[in-house]
Amino acid sequence: MKSRIFPLLITFAVFMLIYLIGFQRFPAFGTTRVIANFLTDKAFLGVTAVGMTFVIISGGIDLSVGSVIAFTGVACALMIEGLGVHPLIAFGVVLVLGAVFGGTMGGIIHYLQIPPFIVTLAGMFLARGAAFVLTEASVPIEHEFYAQVSETFYRFPDKGKVTVIAGIFVLVMILGMIIAHFTRFGRNVYAMGGDSTSALLLGVPVARTTIGVYMFSSVLATLAGIVYSLYTRSGYPLAAVGLELDAIAAVVVGGTLLTGGVGFVAGTFVGVMIQGVIQTYITFDGTLNSWWTKIVIGFLLFVFIALQKVLSGQKNIFDMFKR
Amino acid sequence: MESTLQPDNNFGSRLTNLINANRQAFLTVLALIVILLVNRIISPDFFSIEIVEGRFFGSLIDILNRGAPVILLSIGMTLVIATEGIDLSVGAVIAICGAVAAVLVSTTDIHPIIAILISIFAGVLCGLWNGVLVAFFNIQPIVATLILMVAGRGIAQMITEGQIAIFNNEILSFVGTGIILGIPFPIYLFLFVLLAVYFIVRRTALGLMIESVGANDRASYYAGINATLIKLLVYVFSGVCAALAGLILTADIKGADANNAGLWLELDAILAVVIGGTSLSGGRFYLGLSVIGALIIQSVETGILLSGLPPTFNLIVKATVILAVLLLQSDILRQHLLNLFFRNGKKS
Repeated sequence: MKSRIFPLLITFAVFMLIYLIGFQRFPAFGTTRVIANFLTDKAFLGVTAVGMTFVIISGGIDLSVGSVIAFTGVACALMIEGLGVHPLIAFGVVLVLGAVFGGTMGGIIHYLQIPPFIVTLAGMFLARGAAFVLTEASVPIEHEFYAQVSETFYRFPDKGKVTVIAGIFVLVMILGMIIAHFTRFGRNVYAMGGDSTSALLLGVPVARTTIGVYMFSSVLATLAGIVYSLYTRSGYPLAAVGLELDAIAAVVVGGTLLTGGVGFVAGTFVGVMIQGVIQTYITFDGTLNSWWTKIVIGFLLFVFIALQKVLSGQKNIFDMFKR
Repeated sequence: MESTLQPDNNFGSRLTNLINANRQAFLTVLALIVILLVNRIISPDFFSIEIVEGRFFGSLIDILNRGAPVILLSIGMTLVIATEGIDLSVGAVIAICGAVAAVLVSTTDIHPIIAILISIFAGVLCGLWNGVLVAFFNIQPIVATLILMVAGRGIAQMITEGQIAIFNNEILSFVGTGIILGIPFPIYLFLFVLLAVYFIVRRTALGLMIESVGANDRASYYAGINATLIKLLVYVFSGVCAALAGLILTADIKGADANNAGLWLELDAILAVVIGGTSLSGGRFYLGLSVIGALIIQSVETGILLSGLPPTFNLIVKATVILAVLLLQSDILRQHLLNLFFRNGKKS
C-alpha cells in the first residue's frame, strides 16, 4: 500500500517544486489570485480528468471526451440562443444526451467486445462531427444567467476569485474521491481494472460497471463542456481539440497506471494542477514559447512512467542487460 | 495469404471455400467494393480514368494518391500492432519529419536529397525512442508512444520556430506531387514499401517471429527469438513510415505546419489496421488488408467530397461507416443476429 501512495507523494513534490521555482522567480505566484486562477483555468480539464481516471482504472480509455465537450458547448449555445431555452434546462438535456452517449459506447465495448480504444475513437469522430453539423461558427452566449454565474464568486482578501466553475471542479474532485473509495461502484471499477476475468468470477457485475464507467466519463465530459461554455461564454465546434491527451497525461502524471486497477483521483487533481502551474509559469515568463508546455508535459510523462516502472518493483530497469 | 484450395475445379465451390477460409478478408474487400459502388452511384464517372497532359486523372487514382500517407502509416502500424503494441506518435512524427525537411531545404544549402535522408533519419530516431521504451524498459506501448505524441508537436514547433516553414524546391516537392509515367509518385512509394515489407516478412521467418512475439513474447523469448530486437525494429520501421508520410504531406503543400500536419492520422492508421482484421491484442497480421482498410477510409472521404455533401458531414459519415464495418466484422453481433432470425432453426 505504501508503494502505491508513494507515486502520489512524488507527484505532489514535483508540483511543489515547480510552484516554488515559480514563486522564487515571480513572487505573484504566492497570491491567492494566481492560485484561484489555476482552478478556474483548468476546471474543464479537471472535471474531464476525473472521469478519465475512472475509465483508466477500469482498464479502458476514453478518447471521445474532447469532442463531447465541443458538442456540449455548441448544443448549449444553440439551445439557449437559437431556441431561447433556459440554460439550466439546456444543461439537463445535454447531460442526459451525454449519459446516453457514454452508455452506448460502454455497451458496445462490453457486449461486442470491440476494444475501447476503437469504440471511443469512433465516438470522438461522431461527437465532433455532430458539433460541426450543428454549426461551423463560434456561437456567443449572451444569456443573463451566464452573466450572473460569472459575477458569482468568493473573493479572498487579496482579490483572488474562486469562481463558480472552480467550485464545480473542486466539488467533482471530492465527489470522485468518494465514489472511488467509498462506494460499491468504485470498488467494482478497481476490481475490474485489476483483472476483469477474476472480477467476473468474484461476482462483480462487469457489464453494468463497464457501461457505468463510460457513462460516468461522458457525463463528466458533458459537465466539463458546460463549464467550458460558462468559461468562454460561447460554443465552438473546434473547442477542446486534443483535450483527451491532456486529460490522459494528467491522470498518468497523477500516478494512475494505464494498465488499470491502480490509481487515485487525488493524484489526478495534482496532475491537472501541474499542467496549470507549468502554463502559468510560461505565461509569466513571456520569453518561453507555448510549445514548451507540450515538451515539458511530455518530459514529465516520461519521468513519471519511468518512476512507476522502477517503483512497481517487479522489474528492475537494468534487467534489460541480463536478458 | 494463400489459402488451401480444394482440388476440384468447380469455380463456385472453390469460391465458397476461399470465402470461408478468409471470411475476414472477404468482408473487408466486400466493404471496399460496396463503398466504391456507392461512390459510383453518387458520381457517375467515378470509375473513369482519363489521360490529361500525360498524367492519369480519375477518382480511383486520386484515392490511391491521397491515401498514400495513411497507407504508409498503416503498413508500419500493422507490424507494431502485430507485436501487441500500438504507435500513437506517428502523427507527431509526421510533423517532426516534415518540419526537419522543410526547414533544412528552406534555410540551408543542403542538397534536398540529403535533407530527405536526414528527415527519414529523424523518423528512425523517433522510432528508436519509442522502441527503446517499449522493448528495453517494458513500458506499455500506449503510454510509451503517448509521450512522443504529446511532446512531438512541441518539438516540431520548436524546429519551425512556430511558423509554417514554406519552401520552394523542385526535388522535395517531387515526393508529394511528382509524376512518373502518368502516375503520382506517392503511389510508387507506398507500393514499393508494401512490396518490400511483404517480401521481407513473408519470404523470411521475420513475419512469423513478429506474430509469435505478439502472441506471447515470453514464450517466443524461450523459443530463441530475440523479442526485444523484434519490438525495437517494428517501432523504428513505423517511424520510417511516418517520416515518408510526413515527406509526402509536406511536399504536397510545399510547407511544414507543425500544428496540423498529420493531425489524427495515427487514429486513421490504427483504424485501417483494425478494419483489416489485425487484432489489437497482437499475433496474426494482414498487411494487404490493412492497406485495403486505409483505402476504405480514403474512399469514404473521397465519396463525401464527390457527393457535394457539406464538408461538415465528413466526420459523422466517416464514423458511421467505420462503425458499420466494425459491426459487420463482429462475430458476436453476427451470432446474435443469426440467433434472432433462426431462433429455432440451425445453430452454428
